[in-house]
Amino acid sequence: MQSLTNRSKQVSKKEMTFMEKLYLPAILGGMRITLSHLFKKKVTVSYPEQKRPISEVYRGQHVLKRDESGAERCTACGLCSVACPAEAITMTAAERKKGEEGLYREEKYAAVYEINMLRCIFCGLCEEACPKEAIFLTDRIVPTEFERGDFVYGKDKLVEPMDKNLRVDVSVRQTKGVLEFKQHPQYAHNKLWDPNKAIKSKKSAH
Amino acid sequence: MNLTLTEILFFVLSAITIISGALVIFSRNPVYSVLYLIVTFFAIAGHYILLNAQFLAAVHVIVYAGAIMVLFLFVIMMLNLNETTEPKTALWSKFAAVIAGLTFLPLLVGALKTSEAVVMTQPQNSDIGLVKTLGQVLFTDYLVPFELSSVLFLSAMVGAVLLGKKSTEETN
Amino acid sequence: MTTLIMTSGFDWWPYILVVILFLISLGVAAYATYAERKVAAFLQDRLGPNRAGPFGILQPIADGVKMFMKEEIIPNVSNKTLFILGPAIAMLTALLTGAVIPWGPDVVVDGKVYRLQVTDVNIGVLYLLGVVSIGVYGIMIGGWASNNKYALLGALRASSQMISYEVAMGVSIVTLIMFTGTLSTAEIAQQQHGFWADGYFTWNFFKNPLVFLIFFICALAETNRTPFDLPECETELVGGYHTEYSSMKLGFYLFAEYVNMFISSAVISLFFFGGYNFPFMDQIDNQLLVSLIGVGVMFAKTVFFIFVFMWIRWTIPRFRYDQLMNLGWKVLIPLSLVNLAITGLVMYFTGNLE
Repeated sequence: MQSLTNRSKQVSKKEMTFMEKLYLPAILGGMRITLSHLFKKKVTVSYPEQKRPISEVYRGQHVLKRDESGAERCTACGLCSVACPAEAITMTAAERKKGEEGLYREEKYAAVYEINMLRCIFCGLCEEACPKEAIFLTDRIVPTEFERGDFVYGKDKLVEPMDKNLRVDVSVRQTKGVLEFKQHPQYAHNKLWDPNKAIKSKKSAH
Repeated sequence: MNLTLTEILFFVLSAITIISGALVIFSRNPVYSVLYLIVTFFAIAGHYILLNAQFLAAVHVIVYAGAIMVLFLFVIMMLNLNETTEPKTALWSKFAAVIAGLTFLPLLVGALKTSEAVVMTQPQNSDIGLVKTLGQVLFTDYLVPFELSSVLFLSAMVGAVLLGKKSTEETN
Repeated sequence: MTTLIMTSGFDWWPYILVVILFLISLGVAAYATYAERKVAAFLQDRLGPNRAGPFGILQPIADGVKMFMKEEIIPNVSNKTLFILGPAIAMLTALLTGAVIPWGPDVVVDGKVYRLQVTDVNIGVLYLLGVVSIGVYGIMIGGWASNNKYALLGALRASSQMISYEVAMGVSIVTLIMFTGTLSTAEIAQQQHGFWADGYFTWNFFKNPLVFLIFFICALAETNRTPFDLPECETELVGGYHTEYSSMKLGFYLFAEYVNMFISSAVISLFFFGGYNFPFMDQIDNQLLVSLIGVGVMFAKTVFFIFVFMWIRWTIPRFRYDQLMNLGWKVLIPLSLVNLAITGLVMYFTGNLE
């Protein structure tokens, strides 16, 4: 049979020779190999000081974006929460009052927006579902905590700061393709959805 | 009374030997008995050192405390003997054991009576316990008993191996 | 013995040496735990502990503090006296062995001789064997007193392994004693003076390498090191004989293993690799310098053998129990007996008998 790699070895059940029975040559050979590893380059990455290169589109801790003027983009439509397979996102909507136009872009906003980081699987479906370009996953890593409750991130941790210099840069994610995808009138990820077909299948089920 | 260091050591060691020896018999838990027996052996090894027989002391510790007692302990721990598993002995057998034990008493008394008064002496020749001296005595004056005892041990070993070996007939 | 202490003022030196030796043994053992982790890491292309202090050299202190801070648990059903006695014996016997090892040549300062050996008993080698054979009790008593099946099985394994390998070790030592002709450790060291004399090496290793090999394998088994580390086997016996131990009592068991390793390395370098002797030691005129280099050489050899112990641990998988017993009883003991006989014959025919 053709082997997939040329590394496979035929198992031999022949009697061991005297030298093999001594085991000592084999042991010394093994020790030579381990000794050679003593001088090899170490593969350890000393984490907080050194960081392993990560992909540009790495999916880490979420951010709730503000627009150019500093108003929150999120309108508490709940699509992210629906899209979330781990059911990690919860929110409470509220109506924008007069005088809050600088804070919230739309007339409805999320008064409470919570992501449970222990539930989140960092799949990025929330990002994909968002029609307002409000939620993005970033390359930041969710730090460890001592209490489970501390992993439920509220708006204080999720919304990016008002200060323009402290904004979280997600430009790598807002590529032309992504923007076009988002701005498609029918939402590109729904384009396979045909209302007529859906009704048909419902009828046939009846 | 002016005691020398050797004498103090002798009395301390003797006390340890006798007390732990008694505890070997009086302990209800067999593991304790074995442990007290080990203490006894150490005390006896101490006596050997006081008599300037270091070789004998070392061999005593290696053979008795280090090997034989480990095997004793091994077996007792394996069997997990304790007070609850102790078999009930009939009264007559206890009585018989006491009488059998008491028969040893006249022997002891007789031996003590006939023996001369023990005089503690500091051996002048400190080489007496050395391996060289011991070897010369063993291989000249006591050659025959020495060789005979080695034959005895060999036969004991062969017997143990025979007992431990599975008989081919039974397994078939 | 008595006259020695009573006359000519009290000689404090041996007692000071005992304290120094005690501290060195513990220090070396502590840093052996660090070295073990570091060696393991380096052999596996990792970095090892490097956070506590530069290169992680404060790691043993952190480990020790952690061990002391842990909760001390004595199982309710255990035998409390023996439970405490177990690790105490293990530690005691580990530390006792260092007394007869000559750590260097005599140091002469202002005409006063300082011996770098606590006591030169004329049965030093037997003393070593005796103390080693007592070391089994620490493990056995601890394992039995825990009142735990796994601990008991681990203890039984440890003791049967140690007894089995003691026999081969004893016979190989007898061979060594035969061609050195002495039971004194100091004399064994002196006989290996220098490196080359009368057209041959002076070190015992070159006189009979097989003795060294058997002794080394037995030393691995006696210290419960890989490939003979069966007493503590996670898959079969949970933690082995120290399953029920916690806090510093567990620490004592682990520590005793490292002290044992240090002492056996010292004994190996003393018996077979010349101890404090080094090549061209006669070319140096300054006696004090020779002594100091000698101490350094002794420790260098010891450290090297500790490294070899670790090197083996991170190379070879462990034996199965029947393989271990086969190796001990069917290979090493006959081999050491044959070696003993051949050595005797060679000595008889070359006329090296006294």
